[in-house]
Amino acid sequence: MAREAHPALPEFDYIKPKTLAEASQFLSEHAGESRPLLGGTDIFVRLRDGAWKENKFLVDVKGLDGTDVLTFDEQTGLTVGAAVCMNRLSSFPAVKEHYPLLAEVCDTVAAYQLRNRATVVGNICNASPAGDTVGACLLYGGILNVFNVGGTRQEALNTFFVGPGKSVLKPGDIVTSLQLPIPPKGMIGKYLKLNRNNRGDLAIVGVTAAAYPNQDVPSGVTVRMALASVAPTPLVVSAIEDYFKQEKLTSDTVQTAAQLAMDSCKPIDDVRGTARYRSLMVRNLAKQALTALLEKM
Amino acid sequence: MTIHTITCTVNGESEVVEVPAHWTLLQMLREKLGLTGTKNGCAGGECGACTVMLNGAPVNSCMVLGVECDGATIVTVEGLVKDGQLDPVQAAIVEAGGVQCGFCTPGVLISARSLLDRNPNPTEDEIKEALVGNLCRCTGYVRIIDGIKEAAKLNEPVVIKE
Ligand code: FES
Ligand code: FES
Repeated sequence: MAREAHPALPEFDYIKPKTLAEASQFLSEHAGESRPLLGGTDIFVRLRDGAWKENKFLVDVKGLDGTDVLTFDEQTGLTVGAAVCMNRLSSFPAVKEHYPLLAEVCDTVAAYQLRNRATVVGNICNASPAGDTVGACLLYGGILNVFNVGGTRQEALNTFFVGPGKSVLKPGDIVTSLQLPIPPKGMIGKYLKLNRNNRGDLAIVGVTAAAYPNQDVPSGVTVRMALASVAPTPLVVSAIEDYFKQEKLTSDTVQTAAQLAMDSCKPIDDVRGTARYRSLMVRNLAKQALTALLEKM
Repeated sequence: MTIHTITCTVNGESEVVEVPAHWTLLQMLREKLGLTGTKNGCAGGECGACTVMLNGAPVNSCMVLGVECDGATIVTVEGLVKDGQLDPVQAAIVEAGGVQCGFCTPGVLISARSLLDRNPNPTEDEIKEALVGNLCRCTGYVRIIDGIKEAAKLNEPVVIKE
């Protein structure tokens, strides 16, 4: 079938509720044919590509209670409202100071004008294995605040993703904000992303790594890693964390750890790269990311 | 098809627009308001030809719904000209020879204007970073970048020469 060069969006109606309760009610009454709208940068692309044919309504949740907040508290950490765009987030002084890895990953997403619409919460809710910002949020121990007319709850990010495009969210759920606790003292991080071109692309492979001093483990340092685009969901490599409980981060252990990262991933072939290429690139990028941490320590 | 009536300010003029719910801001500008300076290069958030300022920040207008702009302030490339005077960034890019086919130019101009608004003296790397989302298939970017560097040195709008 011939594809139009510039397909328009398929028809749908746009709903702008006044309250979270109204939005959640609408979404649950129209389960399967409605979705919450934040920046739209992913939704519009998918709708244009012909996905979600059953979609009849986009429910704009920007501006609803709590979705616009961006605050930092010395005790509880960072709260990022669902509607906070990536540029606002990465230029927020407390983010630069306390969550530099988050600022770094935001700035790798697409281009400046897209980041004026794109949101981290949207990136998470899409549950794409390729989300650039998801790895950092996982390593920071992110928790989502979820509103539903049936009651509010929290969802930890490490149990949030269940498959490509699938999360634990149910119809009527609206993620209002992301909560990141105060990072461990001395935490350093690095995000490396392999693109088809230098900037502005989706990740063929993304490697987020972080390390912090931790007297509770024999090695004295906890090292963690999350991978993008190499499994059905964003992947935290538990083998890396386990390995570095005993082992110190050195130029030798980096080699072994990079292999562990490669062994833990289950990539697929797609338009951006083959599975085999991805696996090998995970090893390379993991090595580079861990070496970068080593140099920062 | 559901039509929404919205009010917004476009290039300083208040507009009341009837727009279908699934229309993008890009479609609304071109097809309802006749502002065809803003281009459709990909309709997918990749090329930046559709870049406009929405409430002071550049966005891909193909990735924003028209109805989302109720109450918003929009500036398109047409709005860069003030009282018959080109914005310095327009004049400088013309002068530098940064326009060939011109399809990318409206988006480049908006991105460049926005860069200079938030950073009046950008480095070459900062200029390149600001243009990541504006693809140009003709110029090779060198003259666009030269133009933006020159624009940073100009403070006043430039009189259009006939
Ligand atoms: S037309 Fe909007 S980014 Fe290409
Ligand atoms: S001048 Fe032709 S695309 Fe830029």
